[in-house]
Amino acid sequence: MTVELSDRDRAMLAGAEGEAARFAMNLMVRFAEAVEAPSLVDAECAHIDGCLYHGQASLDFVEHLLAFGGRVRVPTTLNVGSVDLIHPELFIGDPGLGSAGARLMRAHEEMGCIPSFTCAPYQTIHRPRFGAQIGWAESNAIVFANSVIGARTERYGDFIDLCCAVTGRVPYYGLHLTENRRATVVVEVEGLPPEWDAAGPVCVAVGHVIGRRCGDRIAAIVGLPATTTEDDLKALGAVGASAGSVALFHAVGLTPEAPTLEAALQGGRPEETIRLTADDLRRTVRGLSTVPEGTRLSAVSLGTPHFSLAEFERLMPLLDGLLSGGGRPAVDLYVNTGREVMEEVRARGWEDRLNAAGVTVVLDTCTYLTAIMRDLSGAVMTNSGKMAYYAPGNLDIEIAFGSLADCVASARAGKVVLS
Amino acid sequence: MRAITLVPGTAEGEVFVMAEPLSFWGGLDPATGAIIDRWHPQCGTVLTGKVVVMERGRGSSSGSSVLAEAIRAGTAPAAIVMLTRDAIVTLGALVGRELYGKDCPVVMAAAADWPALTAAGRLTVAAGAEPAEIEIGL
Repeated sequence: MTVELSDRDRAMLAGAEGEAARFAMNLMVRFAEAVEAPSLVDAECAHIDGCLYHGQASLDFVEHLLAFGGRVRVPTTLNVGSVDLIHPELFIGDPGLGSAGARLMRAHEEMGCIPSFTCAPYQTIHRPRFGAQIGWAESNAIVFANSVIGARTERYGDFIDLCCAVTGRVPYYGLHLTENRRATVVVEVEGLPPEWDAAGPVCVAVGHVIGRRCGDRIAAIVGLPATTTEDDLKALGAVGASAGSVALFHAVGLTPEAPTLEAALQGGRPEETIRLTADDLRRTVRGLSTVPEGTRLSAVSLGTPHFSLAEFERLMPLLDGLLSGGGRPAVDLYVNTGREVMEEVRARGWEDRLNAAGVTVVLDTCTYLTAIMRDLSGAVMTNSGKMAYYAPGNLDIEIAFGSLADCVASARAGKVVLS
Repeated sequence: MRAITLVPGTAEGEVFVMAEPLSFWGGLDPATGAIIDRWHPQCGTVLTGKVVVMERGRGSSSGSSVLAEAIRAGTAPAAIVMLTRDAIVTLGALVGRELYGKDCPVVMAAAADWPALTAAGRLTVAAGAEPAEIEIGL
């Protein structure tokens, strides 16, 4: 099939805007053909996942574009890389891999990308607007942009993300179109475990169920707690995009395309309704841990996806509670976040309190992806469903899942404590 | 038989029929060309130089990087014959071709030809301007 191109697309393809733009447009058109997109549309911004090193080809691709004068044409944020460029000493992996990873990150900066190095660009100044057509990579960023903001992106990934940034265009198909954003599955949360006082674990459980049972179908969720925050929805999407290929969900009354269930369904009928009881939620959350309560820990890791300012705000009093009475974490406590959020944390004077509590702040990368955590002799605890899903395979470790408060209490005890 | 060219190129080789979809990211070692997904029934098989016949792709979009890296390293399949369009596989093979000038043609075959393709011993894939040609060898 042929993709309908604009005059500018055709000019770019013919090399009128330089070799790098021609190269990127050629890949863009081939990609559009492969996904059967009828045409391309302007992208307001791009988010690049290709700055994580997967081998020499990752670097050759960017160096090739750079050599031909490649520059991004739209505001372009960068996802995490393989190393923390601000704290390079945190990387304890193979040095050759570390330096290639660092070069890949810097090469993207030379292309004109913003050195955000965060998987939560949507919680920075670069947050897209409702309805914006965007070209984003990184599964959690995709699902957040689509669901919580109502911006529109498909599931883009390596290579095509940078082609989008260089051409300023995306294929006009799938979730870029209103009619494909309709929910076809209804998920009803019928009961909430009364012992859970925060919406966090509820949202992680629901996200996990959606990932496993909906695949790439769009769910409309009814019955999330009224206290559900943006960060809870971020966690929901992140685990859904890990356990399945969720790129969009609607939370009725909470997300912008779902003021009502009817709106989320765009007036249609659902093909399936999934009902979740309090026991289903408890079982799902228990299933995220590979070890039981009381297991010895060697680390606690927070911030997958990257911690927001609001999450730091919730963490600070818990750390103060930990420090009162001369307490200290018995194990390493890591928080992954982005540079911009860390600036805000500093401006609020919280950095000293984090240091006093022995917290290691990791920027630019993430503990679940790369060699950062010093001691992996025991299990690792997290409040992230995404980390719980990937860490056992990526890092070959045992994992425990709990709420943020449980994680801090467990860090103090040096073993898994669940409330 | 005719097929649709997703990535152009010409190749010939022994057929390897993928029993289950494979995510190249986490599933293919670009250093050796071997399947390394422990849950895949053909884990351990080396795909280098084979004409891989697989219905569809699976998994992370980082699979494009892994396939391009395998093409660079010379461990990639000779060609990939699919039953569905797959953006991840297409991009990986296309980038490999553009950057390194090494062919790993990717074509989409017709459903009616699938039984013959999966039963073949060797295949020749000639994917140029559409349509592509697939020839069954001995």
